[in-house]
Amino acid sequence: MTLASLVAALNEPPDTGAPVLDPASPDSSPRRLLVSRPSRSDSLFRSVAFSAGGITVAIMLAVGVFLSIRASDALGVAGVNFLFEQDWSPESKKFGIASVLFGTITIAVIAMCVAVPLALGTALLISEIAQGLMKSTLVTLVDLMAAVPSVVFGLWGVFFLQANVIPVATWISLYFGWIPLFRVADASGHALTEASAFTSSAFIAGIVVGLMVVPTQTSVMREAFSQAPIGEREAAFALGSTRWGMIRSVVLPFGRGGIIGGTMLGLGRALGETIAVYMIISPIFTINWQVLKTGTNSVSALIALRYGESSSFGLSALMAAGLVLFLITLIINFTASSIVARSRSGAESD
Amino acid sequence: MTITQATTITPAATRSYAMSGRPATTIPAPEGAPIGPRRRVRGARLDDRFNVIGAAAAGVAVAVLLFGWVSPLSGGVGWVLVAYLAFLGFYALLVSFTSDAQEVKDRLMSVLLSSAGVLLFGALVFVVAFTLVRGQEALPHPNFFTQSMELAGPLDGLDMGGIVHAILGTLMQISMALAITIPLGITTALFLNEVGGRFARFVRTISDAMTALPSIVAGLFVYSAIIVLITHQRSGFAAAMAITVMMLPIVIRASDIVLRLVAGNLREAAYALGSTRWATIWHVVLPTARPGLATAVILGTARGIGETSPVLLTSGVTAVTNLNPFAGPMISLPLQVFDFVKSPEPTMIARGFGTAAVLILLVLTLFALARVVGGKGPGQLSPRHEQRVLLASGRDLQRMNVRNDLAAGDPSPRPESLPTSSPTDLTTKETSS
Repeated sequence: MTLASLVAALNEPPDTGAPVLDPASPDSSPRRLLVSRPSRSDSLFRSVAFSAGGITVAIMLAVGVFLSIRASDALGVAGVNFLFEQDWSPESKKFGIASVLFGTITIAVIAMCVAVPLALGTALLISEIAQGLMKSTLVTLVDLMAAVPSVVFGLWGVFFLQANVIPVATWISLYFGWIPLFRVADASGHALTEASAFTSSAFIAGIVVGLMVVPTQTSVMREAFSQAPIGEREAAFALGSTRWGMIRSVVLPFGRGGIIGGTMLGLGRALGETIAVYMIISPIFTINWQVLKTGTNSVSALIALRYGESSSFGLSALMAAGLVLFLITLIINFTASSIVARSRSGAESD
Repeated sequence: MTITQATTITPAATRSYAMSGRPATTIPAPEGAPIGPRRRVRGARLDDRFNVIGAAAAGVAVAVLLFGWVSPLSGGVGWVLVAYLAFLGFYALLVSFTSDAQEVKDRLMSVLLSSAGVLLFGALVFVVAFTLVRGQEALPHPNFFTQSMELAGPLDGLDMGGIVHAILGTLMQISMALAITIPLGITTALFLNEVGGRFARFVRTISDAMTALPSIVAGLFVYSAIIVLITHQRSGFAAAMAITVMMLPIVIRASDIVLRLVAGNLREAAYALGSTRWATIWHVVLPTARPGLATAVILGTARGIGETSPVLLTSGVTAVTNLNPFAGPMISLPLQVFDFVKSPEPTMIARGFGTAAVLILLVLTLFALARVVGGKGPGQLSPRHEQRVLLASGRDLQRMNVRNDLAAGDPSPRPESLPTSSPTDLTTKETSS
């Protein structure tokens, strides 16, 4: 069929009553409305999806609101002292989270010292050095590590790592004991050297928690590094830079938001980690600056330890502790995601 | 800077610059310019490999010497550290024989980055292997999988008692959690992507905030909201609720990302054919995103199965098989691990490792499943699926040909049937060739 015959067929006035569109006379066909007229299935879908979103928000808000309401009981009694009191005995109305919060932050900081170099190195390895099969294997491995249950990490920490880390901790305290942080001494100031003074410390818990948060950090950093623009990379190579020179002058500056955001996301996870910490530490309720010495505490371990024996008021006090922990992780998470989102170029989101 | 400019400007342009009185740009003659050796940025030469091997041998030798003969050093960790530092030093020395300082730095950093990867890989393999090896003591006993701990005391040997109650508990709790999470999570993700609007942005913000919720706080919420206020007893249902609160944001986030990857032109094609919003979602968006959604759900399941702390507060510990999720404590695998290893008895600890091995095998299986299901991007089909799609379009083609033949047999050919016949002919030619 030729074009000419087609044009002729179109130009021919329709001899039957078939609704053929004729561009010459716009009046013959009804004007098209550009307003969407949702069908019944559409409006049903809309309302179902809307209510699903509503239910999700309701569940999430319920957690926050319920925590706040139940915590207000204990917070009303303790007042500002809640943040500065070290002891935890709600029965005698003398309780606060100073020591547990200190322990939580100590463990999280040690975890960061372990996790950030590992995560940074692995993320650079995956995005810049590894290729082909090795790259996909490493990515799978990091994802797999995120799925290993925390109780398994706790088992490993208690039954393997503890025995192998104690000599290292002893060595550090022997040679670097003049730094107050690494000193291990009893109440009268005598340096301790026996192994029992080094078990169940914040140091060991921090190492285990650090390994657990590496995958979170690695995946955020890797994504940020892989978005470093190819033009700048090639420009660096063209100017004679080595691969490390290129990484330092292009990839790291472009990925700075990802590094900071990933670190903070990992920090949020580290602060909330419960079961591995609970299995390793021996809980105390004083501020312990000697991170290598036995005894530390964390907010989540406190909740796991005391929820069963609590009266109604004690439960409210635990709620208050949980609320503080939730607020801290919430602030860290939001800051981190806004840093990561801002560091991304263009209109892409997430 | 001048060189790059000069190479882009043609000689004619330079001449015109010179005529206008500006200083002419000098162009280096391309024939005479020396071409330096090409810098290798990837891959390793043979001598690079020998450098690594030699430096490693030297590092080990130094560590053995230091620890064995020269100085009174001891300890496994110290040995590894000394050997590694010596390896770095020797490697830098070896590279510096043939290269400048920049290249030495580059090589050293490559080695450091690779060591980070090796360390992480080693840690993961070691954690998993340690659990599996220590679990070997309990796993070979068949009663470990068929009995509960009801009749076994702490002093009984490993040929008594098992974890069937924990396995059943885990299966029931995760099924209940999935029954809520899958519809709610995926519908919410659809709401975020397909409906949109201000409320959707609010939902996304809230569900992002929810990923920050510490698991113990989720457990505490369910404990004080459901157990203390309503049911007054721990139950599998309460544990499932706690797991749901933890899994929901993970599933929403992962499905949201997957749905966003569905190509926009597929949706537009569906709308252009006149389908409704719901028909587009049901026939185009969801089938395209199916592997990704399955991966999101499976990964959420793997995380949910391993959650210990919310279950610790909500499900309660028991040694008896309990199949009623609404009454009485119902233990799950991670909590059973935690409960076993609290005991000082070696048999109980062996059972704890056996349970942890079962748990980790379950997680690994789920993970492998997720890789098999979701290894492909949206729209990529497996060979069998592709075969099915080809057959289906073949059937469509046949049907259309039959209809066209009928139309052609009509004694009075109408003009509007002519244009429709030509594309069908084209397709016939395409598929037959």
